[in-house]
Amino acid sequence: MLEIKKLKKIFNRGGINQVTAIHSLSAFIRNGDFVTVIGSNGAGKSTLLNLIAGTYLPDSGELLLAGENATRWPEHRRAAYVGRVFQNPLLGTCATMSVEENFALASRRGLRPGFRWGVTNSQRELFREKLKLLGLGLEYRLKDKVGLLSGGQRQSLTLLMATLRRPRLLLLDEHTAALDPKTAEQVLNLTRELIQEMGLTALMVTHNMKHALELGNRLIMMHQGRVILDVDGPTKAHLTIQDLLNEFSKLKGQDLTDDKMLLI
Amino acid sequence: MSLYILVGAVEQGLVYALMVLGVYLTFRVLDFPDLTVDGSLPLGAAVSGALIVRGMDPFLSLLLAMCAGAAAGCVTALLATRLRIMSLLASIITMTALYSINIRIMGRPNLTLLNQPTVLDALSFIGLPRYLLTPLIFLGIIIGCKVLLDLFLHTQLGTALRATGDNPQMIRSQGVNTDMMVILGVSLSNALVALAGGLVAQSQGFADVGMGIGTIVAGLASVILGESLVGAQTVFRQTLNAICGSLLYRLTIAVALSYRVGFLRLTPSDLNLITAVLVVICLTVPLLRTRLVMWKRAQGD
Repeated sequence: MLEIKKLKKIFNRGGINQVTAIHSLSAFIRNGDFVTVIGSNGAGKSTLLNLIAGTYLPDSGELLLAGENATRWPEHRRAAYVGRVFQNPLLGTCATMSVEENFALASRRGLRPGFRWGVTNSQRELFREKLKLLGLGLEYRLKDKVGLLSGGQRQSLTLLMATLRRPRLLLLDEHTAALDPKTAEQVLNLTRELIQEMGLTALMVTHNMKHALELGNRLIMMHQGRVILDVDGPTKAHLTIQDLLNEFSKLKGQDLTDDKMLLI
Repeated sequence: MSLYILVGAVEQGLVYALMVLGVYLTFRVLDFPDLTVDGSLPLGAAVSGALIVRGMDPFLSLLLAMCAGAAAGCVTALLATRLRIMSLLASIITMTALYSINIRIMGRPNLTLLNQPTVLDALSFIGLPRYLLTPLIFLGIIIGCKVLLDLFLHTQLGTALRATGDNPQMIRSQGVNTDMMVILGVSLSNALVALAGGLVAQSQGFADVGMGIGTIVAGLASVILGESLVGAQTVFRQTLNAICGSLLYRLTIAVALSYRVGFLRLTPSDLNLITAVLVVICLTVPLLRTRLVMWKRAQGD
């Protein structure tokens, strides 16, 4: 589904603050893989996701989406393949527009907008049904501005919107990090259900090792722009938090005390 | 204030409301501060005027004036999106270039249209006196444009346009090319402004290269005045408020110009100063209101 070949991304090239965020990274994500990605701050997880989505273009390397060379595609072109949920709950929806208008935009992800009516009655029915799944009562608030909703509600909406039109690849960038624990759990359960039911291929970045172990069939650990661990299947299923910590300290060879990665 | 002045202010409020709709589209919908309007208003007047003088049908001349306005907006949007020039600066560049272009189009800095056919003459068969006919025609045009704009903003394209102003990251990840949306929106906005320019020239009987000075501030003042009216939740209300804001603004100006304040008598050349002061007042009222509330609370404690 997604093939990454020797991808490299350097920020502030030539400046004092030059940082190589991704070092010649190669990976192959199979169809149906649900990959959780962990790593400390600055490991390059978000950069990787932004490179896949096209927010950044790489300095070198190739990126193949569903067999097509998408390395130079702009963000809006890749959207035909990629559904996305951001860490910031405000980033995935338009605050000044209604719930149904946001949904209607998402229902045409990757399609050229035309002169037809923005929201149709048949769409409204569909949106209502989808929103019922959330159990937040949003099916009665189709006309409400999204800005009136809470962060958790908006993030749930974004997740539904990203999967409204089946994405070939779903990118989740720490999408529960900015939510309170209870809401985060709800959004995570919704994530699990949607990916399972629709059989989606997904990449989920998380700081939470427990979540990284519980969800998905494959786990990738990143450090300083490189993949330092890539396990799947039964190996992944038997992995424990202690294993991850050992792996991490072994490869890093540094103390972990000041690291956010220890958030469990 | 005489009836004559009142009707004149209403007439101006209606015709400039087209320009205010354009400013609303860039400033509020697209979140793209666009000063091109100071150049595209006289551009519309120049194109329409120059074509009428050369014998073109006044209606057709307005259509071409809109095309010229759209082209000017397109240039600003291209400078901003493709060449990554800050939107404000890009629009100032286009505005400056338009000054020369407008003189080129007219062949001289101003053009009289007296004794030339205009859209108002073409519709004079209705039989109403001119001072009533003109505002009525402008009312018809502005209602037509408002309805069309409302409809457009609810199409797939229109919702994508609104989303571009609200949250570009979101709409890009839904597969919409935001650069194209900016180009579309700014072009549409300037087409409306140029239409206003053409109509102003035809109703006043002249086009002048300097007639655009202060347009953006007047437009912004109207948009802000309109927003101070109740309920700006739906697109329908927002465009209606923009039109009401334009009327309110022109009436305020007319009142300000018709009274003597002590030894001071304001003249039309004071218009831009009054407008600037009006905008500052409108923008600071919310701040002053919260300050006042805080002060009252402090007094109560």
